[in-house]
Amino acid sequence: MNSLQPEYKLAPDAMDTSTLSFSGDWVQGKSTASFSILQSELRSSRPSHLTIDGSSLGAWDSIFMAFLLRCHDYCHTQGIALQNQNMPAGVDKLLAVATAVQPYQPTSEDSPSWWSTLNPRHLLRTVTLDIRESLSFTGEVTIALSRLVRGKANTRFSDFWNFCFQAGPNAFAIITLTSVLVGMILGYLGAVQLKQFGAEVYVANLVVIGMLREMGVLMTAVVMAGRTGAAYAAQLGTMQTNEEIDAITTMGISPIEFLVLPRMLALIIIMPLLTIYADILGILGGGIVAGSLGVSPIQYIVQGEAALSLIDVVVGLLKALVFAILIAIAGCRAGINSGRSSAAVGQAATNAVVTALIYLIVADAAINIIFQQLSI
Amino acid sequence: MTDSKKGQIEVVDLTMAYGQTVIQHDLSFTINSGDIFVIMGGSGCGKSTLLKHMLGLITPVRGDILYGGASFFQSDEYEQGAMRQRWGITYQSGGLFSAMTLAENITLPLELYTSYTAAEISDIVAYKLALVGLAGYQSYYPSEISGGMQKRAALARAIALDPEILFFDEPSAGLDPISSRLLDELILQIKESMGATVVIVTHELPSIFAIANNSVYLDNVSKTMIAYGNPAQLRDFDEEPVVRQFLTRSAAADIKDTP
Repeated sequence: MNSLQPEYKLAPDAMDTSTLSFSGDWVQGKSTASFSILQSELRSSRPSHLTIDGSSLGAWDSIFMAFLLRCHDYCHTQGIALQNQNMPAGVDKLLAVATAVQPYQPTSEDSPSWWSTLNPRHLLRTVTLDIRESLSFTGEVTIALSRLVRGKANTRFSDFWNFCFQAGPNAFAIITLTSVLVGMILGYLGAVQLKQFGAEVYVANLVVIGMLREMGVLMTAVVMAGRTGAAYAAQLGTMQTNEEIDAITTMGISPIEFLVLPRMLALIIIMPLLTIYADILGILGGGIVAGSLGVSPIQYIVQGEAALSLIDVVVGLLKALVFAILIAIAGCRAGINSGRSSAAVGQAATNAVVTALIYLIVADAAINIIFQQLSI
Repeated sequence: MTDSKKGQIEVVDLTMAYGQTVIQHDLSFTINSGDIFVIMGGSGCGKSTLLKHMLGLITPVRGDILYGGASFFQSDEYEQGAMRQRWGITYQSGGLFSAMTLAENITLPLELYTSYTAAEISDIVAYKLALVGLAGYQSYYPSEISGGMQKRAALARAIALDPEILFFDEPSAGLDPISSRLLDELILQIKESMGATVVIVTHELPSIFAIANNSVYLDNVSKTMIAYGNPAQLRDFDEEPVVRQFLTRSAAADIKDTP
């Protein structure tokens, strides 16, 4: 089969009628003419009638149809009367199908450019909207909690132990790694400074107080925000996509009571336990560093015991409780408010982690300032 | 490959199983080039599983499927890829990529498998969307349009590469009768003008009689095919009461044992 170069020719017939004739093979792999050239030719010749002739058209596929459809649409908008002649039957049929429905004109709603997202007013509006939304979500969770306390909530507890297991024992490995390393980092940081005064033994005080009050719980919370908070957002986001949350709502069950409460309670129970675990391993990690700097294990233990106070432990556990609530709220809120597509679920998981981290840092600073003022 | 064999599919002695559970056994039938072929049967009989085998998503326990005379499962990955390029597939729930706009969904196969320039691709995308009545919806995401429109958009993506074989898994599931009839007509028109072979999994009787010219009936009890042929003829003359029952939508008592 000798294939011919695809071409078209626009020739005027009479005063204001023209014929557009196609020839050659209009198939993939051939360099077909661009419609914009034909468009400018049509604009300069301005026919009121256009006959499209396909008598010498060879093979054709979608590229020809796409070209023809653009001709058709252009003539339609310009008010040029159009007539096909000698077209293959398939072309006529496909064109009839393609032009059966009027093209939809989307209402021109300008999508915001990245520039406008930097606009301070826009930023302020997003932030206030976000704060308002999280406050209302927190309020709903509080109401659900109060209903739970009064025994009126439809909370599903069969999943509860499952959530506890996912959040707790499954996280042991990563918590072990992070807390031992953080303990060692604290140990080195202190040892280098304390050595200048010959006070290496006080490394124990630094590590014990540092882990119990601050680092143990914060590192656990960061890990849990990435692990569990994101998982909650993804779970609930997928449920939103599958219309499961709609189904729960229409059954007259509050999704907050049914889905959010068990997850939040699981975190509230698990977080303090994980924090104690992280504290112990962190102090152990600090001990390794102290040992390498010449502090004997006995010295480390005795000095550490002297530094240990119940207040520090309680402060750490209190933070764990607050952080657990914040992580659960950030994760579940992102999941429940997620859009209904796979991209939106990914976005929800990201939001969950970012929001949780911001909550954690702000809450940690606030708690520290309050305790400082109360001299606890 | 001769032209008459181009869109031909032969299912040879196919046995499908999930682990130890046999879904269907000893299926043998031929789908001729240009046929509109319906795979029908009661719920849970393995229609969609058969389609997944035909698409090469599941490997059969025994038997083979031939496309244009060439075995799919004995071909290497490269040949399988070449075969798949000639197929257009519409999944049960659309299968549109939710993170992409309709235009991007249709552009993807064109960018992967054709040599068109970006401008040509955008023209072809406009044309394919116009064919399914969605002209102008290029920048919409699948979640922003209705279920019926999603099905049509999925069809537009399926015909992006002018396939020789079009597969549909329950095309009219979840559509109202009018939309489902329009979709049937659309399938017919596109099939007629493109000359493709169409394979449809469905149990929608109106669709079956409106468009199909050949069919196979998979039985739930005996776990094999018990009828093969034009559905209108099967309805009136098939020996198996259950097939007539299915095709006339009647209760068991209404059908006598012999036609």
